[in-house]
Amino acid sequence: MSCAIEARGLRFRYPNGVSGLDGVDLSIRHGERVAVLGPNGAGKTTLMLHLNGLLTGEGSLSVAGIDVRGGDVRALRARVGLVFQDPDDQLFMPTVREDVAFGPLNLGLSKTEVEDRLKLALDAVRMGEHAARAPHQLSLGQRRRVAIASVLAMHPSLLVLDEPSANLDPRTRRELIETLEAVERTMLVVTHDLPLAATLCERAVLLSGGRIVADGPTEQILDDEQLLAAHDLELPEGFSLRSLPAWPRSRPAASASGP
Amino acid sequence: MSGMHQVGIAGAPASPVHRLDPRAKILGLAGITVVAVSTPPRMWPVLAACALVLAAIAAAGRVGPGVIWSRARVVLPLVVFVAVCVPFVRGGERVDLGPVAASREGLTTFAAVSSKALIGTVSAVLLGATTTFPDVLHGLERMRAPRLLTLIAAFMYRYLFVITGEARRMRVALASRGYRPRHALQAAAIGRVATALFLRTFERGERVYVAMLARGYSGATPRLHELTLGRADVLFLAAVVATLVPLRVVA
Repeated sequence: MSCAIEARGLRFRYPNGVSGLDGVDLSIRHGERVAVLGPNGAGKTTLMLHLNGLLTGEGSLSVAGIDVRGGDVRALRARVGLVFQDPDDQLFMPTVREDVAFGPLNLGLSKTEVEDRLKLALDAVRMGEHAARAPHQLSLGQRRRVAIASVLAMHPSLLVLDEPSANLDPRTRRELIETLEAVERTMLVVTHDLPLAATLCERAVLLSGGRIVADGPTEQILDDEQLLAAHDLELPEGFSLRSLPAWPRSRPAASASGP
Repeated sequence: MSGMHQVGIAGAPASPVHRLDPRAKILGLAGITVVAVSTPPRMWPVLAACALVLAAIAAAGRVGPGVIWSRARVVLPLVVFVAVCVPFVRGGERVDLGPVAASREGLTTFAAVSSKALIGTVSAVLLGATTTFPDVLHGLERMRAPRLLTLIAAFMYRYLFVITGEARRMRVALASRGYRPRHALQAAAIGRVATALFLRTFERGERVYVAMLARGYSGATPRLHELTLGRADVLFLAAVVATLVPLRVVA
């Protein structure tokens, strides 16, 4: 099967000299759900921004079959959906409906097709009844679900989420996990929330100092206390990996959010 | 922010006025304001006609006097403040007002300016009470208002609530650490809060732009729905024009 992400020797240095990525090699196949773990400043967000050409570093990177450095940026952004950590950064239109339609309209789709995608994406995150509301009238959990819908409406082949569970209360977090479990996409989840990574993703990569220091089954990585401690990570007290069902976890039927 | 609840749709959302195309309401209500502002002093019938048309629009939209007053009073004092001074600085025949004397001509000017300010403010309040802000912006866009201005207004509307929320949290954080300024020098902390707020807003602007790019933004924001002017819109505009323009021309 072809790769959704193929990075070789990816390096990036910020203008102030700080190294963001220091030689990342990563292959992710279509259909995989991969957690990107790592301490603060490890380069997780930098890697995420490379995936649809918002940052470009040295080395080679192809995403969804498109060479990020020389390819068609418009096509790339249609195939890679980024969900940012703060939904207030992502939802900038006056209403939910207009925000979710923003991406598909930029793709040049017909009004009918945009309407269809709008409905499917909002239904997929159970926010259909809130289409006419303004983002500031929604709770954080609802805004995060709308942010996911705004990306799903573009029918990306790869969904990248930055800290999807940040600042959510336990119930909203569980609902978000259920929503994400129903999304049938190649998924990259950048997170500090190790139980979320264990629940959603079969595979995890551990990024530290701009390099991938571990890559393997999520449970195996999270079971290595020494590895986690060496990179400022730890499982929450009371959480047991043994309590999770074995892979492949039963996924709900394919969502109505598109291919 | 206090007063934030005093925005948005009021009255009966399904009323004929609420259902009008935003362009018809913008043109009609701006037209009433222009007629009122351009009317020479002492032409009270024209101002009275403007007020009657506004009253009819408010009645048709079921926007009550309480709503209009609660929204208008935020702006009116600022507008009327300057006019209040006019009767006392203007020369000419004096009128005895108890302890002070005022210029008769100045009082007339004060009454005219205040009436015009009231009509302009109520027009804006009625537009805001019968049209959502996104619809007003859409209407302005279709009327070829500069794209940059409507985009700035849209962002302001979207992020005003986010920024005021941040400002409120920062104020609470200051108060929770015992901040109670007693003299001007202690107010320096407010300046630092403003600086921090500006920097946060600036950084948010960068992040929002990146998020827009990530969803294919290339300078244009296409709309899902186009506006269409119907018979009701034309009738509304014709009624406003037929009532006010002849009076104004005669005046």
